[in-house]
Amino acid sequence: MTATATSARSDLSGLGRSETALRTFLHGLPGVDQVGAEQRAAQLGTRSIKTTAKAQAIDLAIRMVDLTTLEGADTPGKVRALAAKALRPDPADPSCPHVGAVCVYPAMVPHVAEVLAGSGVHLASVATAFPSGQAPLEVKLADTRAAVAAGADEIDMVINRGAFLSGRFKEVYDEIVATKEACGDAHLKVILETGELATYDNVRRASWLAMLAGGDFIKTSTGKVPVAATLPVTLVMLEAVRDFRDATGRQVGVKPAGGIKTTKDAIKYLVMVNETVGADWLDPDWFRFGASSLLNDLLMQRTKLTTGVYSGPDYFTLD
Amino acid sequence: MFEYAPAPESRAIVDIRSSYGLFIDGEFVDGEHLNKSVNPATEEVLAEVTWAGSEDVDRAVRAARKAYEKVWGPMPGRDRAKYLFRIARLIQERSRELAVLESLDNGKPIKESRDVDLPLVAAHFFYYAGWADKLPHAGFGPDPQPLGVAAQVIPWNFPLLMLAWKIAPALAAGNTVVLKPAETTPLTALLFAEICQQADLPAGVVNIVTGAGDTGRALVEHPGVDKVAFTGSTEVGRAIARSVAGTRKKLTLELGGKAANIVFDDAPIDQAVEGIVNGIFFNQGHVCCAGSRLLVQESVAEQVLESLKRRMALLRVGDPLDKNTDIGAINSADQLARIRELSDAGSAEGAERWSPPCELPERGFWFAPTIFTGVTQAHRVAREEIFGPVLSVLTFRTPAEAVEKANNTPYGLSAGIWTDKGSRILWMADRLRAGVVWANTFNKFDPTSPFGGYKESGYGREGGRHGLEGYLNV
Amino acid sequence: MSERVAVRKTYKLFIGGKFPRSESGRSYLVQSANVSLASRKDARDAVVAARAAVKGWAGATAYNRGQILYRVAEMLEGRREQFVALGVPADEVDAAIDRWVWYAGWSDKLPQVYGGANPVAGPYFNLSAPEPTGVVAVVAPEQPALLGLVSVIAPAIVTGNTVVVAASPAQPLAAVTLAEVLATSDLPGGVVNILTGKITETAPALAGHMDVNAIDLTGVTDPSLATELEVKAAENLKRVLRPAPADHDWSADPGITRMTALLETKTVWHPKGT
Repeated sequence: MTATATSARSDLSGLGRSETALRTFLHGLPGVDQVGAEQRAAQLGTRSIKTTAKAQAIDLAIRMVDLTTLEGADTPGKVRALAAKALRPDPADPSCPHVGAVCVYPAMVPHVAEVLAGSGVHLASVATAFPSGQAPLEVKLADTRAAVAAGADEIDMVINRGAFLSGRFKEVYDEIVATKEACGDAHLKVILETGELATYDNVRRASWLAMLAGGDFIKTSTGKVPVAATLPVTLVMLEAVRDFRDATGRQVGVKPAGGIKTTKDAIKYLVMVNETVGADWLDPDWFRFGASSLLNDLLMQRTKLTTGVYSGPDYFTLD
Repeated sequence: MFEYAPAPESRAIVDIRSSYGLFIDGEFVDGEHLNKSVNPATEEVLAEVTWAGSEDVDRAVRAARKAYEKVWGPMPGRDRAKYLFRIARLIQERSRELAVLESLDNGKPIKESRDVDLPLVAAHFFYYAGWADKLPHAGFGPDPQPLGVAAQVIPWNFPLLMLAWKIAPALAAGNTVVLKPAETTPLTALLFAEICQQADLPAGVVNIVTGAGDTGRALVEHPGVDKVAFTGSTEVGRAIARSVAGTRKKLTLELGGKAANIVFDDAPIDQAVEGIVNGIFFNQGHVCCAGSRLLVQESVAEQVLESLKRRMALLRVGDPLDKNTDIGAINSADQLARIRELSDAGSAEGAERWSPPCELPERGFWFAPTIFTGVTQAHRVAREEIFGPVLSVLTFRTPAEAVEKANNTPYGLSAGIWTDKGSRILWMADRLRAGVVWANTFNKFDPTSPFGGYKESGYGREGGRHGLEGYLNV
Repeated sequence: MSERVAVRKTYKLFIGGKFPRSESGRSYLVQSANVSLASRKDARDAVVAARAAVKGWAGATAYNRGQILYRVAEMLEGRREQFVALGVPADEVDAAIDRWVWYAGWSDKLPQVYGGANPVAGPYFNLSAPEPTGVVAVVAPEQPALLGLVSVIAPAIVTGNTVVVAASPAQPLAAVTLAEVLATSDLPGGVVNILTGKITETAPALAGHMDVNAIDLTGVTDPSLATELEVKAAENLKRVLRPAPADHDWSADPGITRMTALLETKTVWHPKGT
């Protein structure tokens, strides 16, 4: 089985029943040549997005932001302010769209839920003993259920990297399946923590594993290890969701997270989405940015486009 | 849908004169026969350029001879090096100007002239500058000597890069040169002449004579030249080889190609597809080492083709100066006619033709990226060099069959191999009769790396330590 | 009108791209200036900086290293008069500039003349290529202060090594001024580190340091000190460059041996088969 369009849709649902079948499948995926993948990503990064295209990209990027705070120091006051910003990122400009979601720890979910109720902005919670995932499965599932019960409609889980790196693919798979079940109606984003997976071959395999197990989104990073989202990693993940849809008919979203700080960065990602998976993914339902400081830069650039002068950080709220 | 707004590079950076003379003995001299150089993307006349006659060529060769005997030949390598380093730096400093001019005159996308051609041009001068004072270490004996005056004739596909490949090693080795750029792309060579002036390069060391075939013939047949270096078609290369026979002129030929790009079933598919696209659509396929024959293993042929077509649909054809353009204009009406003729032959011979939906500009010379499937070794599109954005797809079953098909051509310039298996790469590389073999990449160039062909793709190597040999009396 | 009072320069060490004073707080009076008197701890700090710089410098492309060495030549040319004012003869400055140019060109050529394919008797690809050895400690020649110094630094770093140099104790001003050239030449911090002071203090610390890969004893004039340093170097089998004590002709064609002495050769085997 290879990973691109085939006329006949494949039934891959049985793979998760056996360690051997999973391993054979994942190791049978086409390899990723590191140099070639990085060159392609760099090449896409040289696209020049100007004027109307830039305005369009900025508004789309704002709608795709998962406005995130994941700090031990988070308080109800802090996350409420963040949620308020998510609803109206630029109070001075009513035409500015709201962001895609707010992303917080489970304990902060109820405070955010109050603010977001009925707004159309999603409420994402990290769970499963984020960021390390080093807790018993029962604890991780309880973490997930608690977040959903408190009002989260999206769950960002972490995969078991230790199990993945030692080749225990079924263990990883089963945990994702169990978490998906614990989510109920909430969307499940599966964080691969690509910075710990080390190779693009591993990123491709982990992407497929997460999708086979039922993940609705695959996400690069927790933001808590030194290497977070990169363009080539996201390219490999986009190729995976493209091939997965070709093979199964099911569309899965992608969320790069961590390290995306500027409008320029965000636009490079959008170009990559556009030229790898196409318009079907250019939508907040299918592509998100896990970010915090990115939003203000998007707002500054948005103001620059409308007013023609460069703005400064003093003119945007710091929440 | 995410439509990219136009992002044109400014052409104001380059100042094109209305007419150009010849660059002989350090000065621009007016000639008699003026011809137009046009922008192939718009058919707009960019400038009028002199076509040198045999007397002009004779003057240029004599200027080169004088400079060789009086100045450049006796000059210590250390000082020749400094001039070449100066030129390398000037090219780096004026790179955007040169890139814009190259795209205007040639039709290639600015992202290629800016990100590929110009960096390589500067690097080439930089590399050979370093050899000028190290010739005794190059492996050709303790005190290798230059040849004298080099006659150099270059094509229109990489005007400035081919100039660099010719001039840099020649000067480093101590020769002086008379160079003829192609008649459709003379402008960057003339700007390079200005750079030679700016570098205070002694008069006569570099001479640029513009013109067409007659000028080239007068140059290579001139009895006063000691060396002929030609890049272009195999047909002309053969004629030059005949004409220098018996003269003891040293000859380097870099000619046509019909490279096989071989994709195995264990290849990194996404990167292979990029490599196929880069192999044939880079520079509109105006590349002698283009991967114009795709040999794909039958077990993955359908999958590779599907991915390739999806990728081709993303190629942006249009204004060469738009920073988002992937494929620019065909260099001339003549070349467009040739591409059309061979493509029509492909259809007539029964191959299946496919191009993505693609709107071509009304003025100028354009050809949509095209692939032919169901091609066999007997088809003209599989045998003849098209020199355009046209890919012929063939299949194979075993490594031995891939080698056999890849080598079944009079050409032998380059080849590509795509597989995750290292030992197979090396096994294939041993058997491919080609001067450059790329594995899991394609169309990569570097000044340190020798380039040149087997069989009717020519002889001699350009680039690297080997590139010096053609300019030394060894 | 009163004569302008000059602003005098402080001559400090060059470690990790910065110009610190000696951690010992000491200086010595030489060439009419107070120059930092480096301690063993300064030598240790310099080795740490040199080690930290190896990965980036050895990992840079040869082309990039060549460009940077050429940039050093450009910057040195611009400060020609400054060296002349320090008492360096003008033709020595010129020769030093040309030496940077000479070595700049070697960055992407040495592997082509010092490595290559080996035709082993079997179905194997076999290729040998030079690699930098790592951190090199260098005792610079007493004189010529500038040309001698450049002639030992450039061949060591062009291939990707990083260096800790003990400068000429009697003529350190050219060395510190050269450091200022290096600091403004896009050379990454830590690739060249320069210590001023007593050779007898810094060299033994460097020779005995277990995180130094090679030592160049060119500037050690005392044979018994040179032997002592060689003995220390033997502890971790440092590569030792100890040219014949005869007078060096620094104006002669330098050849390639100063580069090759500080290289490792790596040979790669790979089968060829379907």
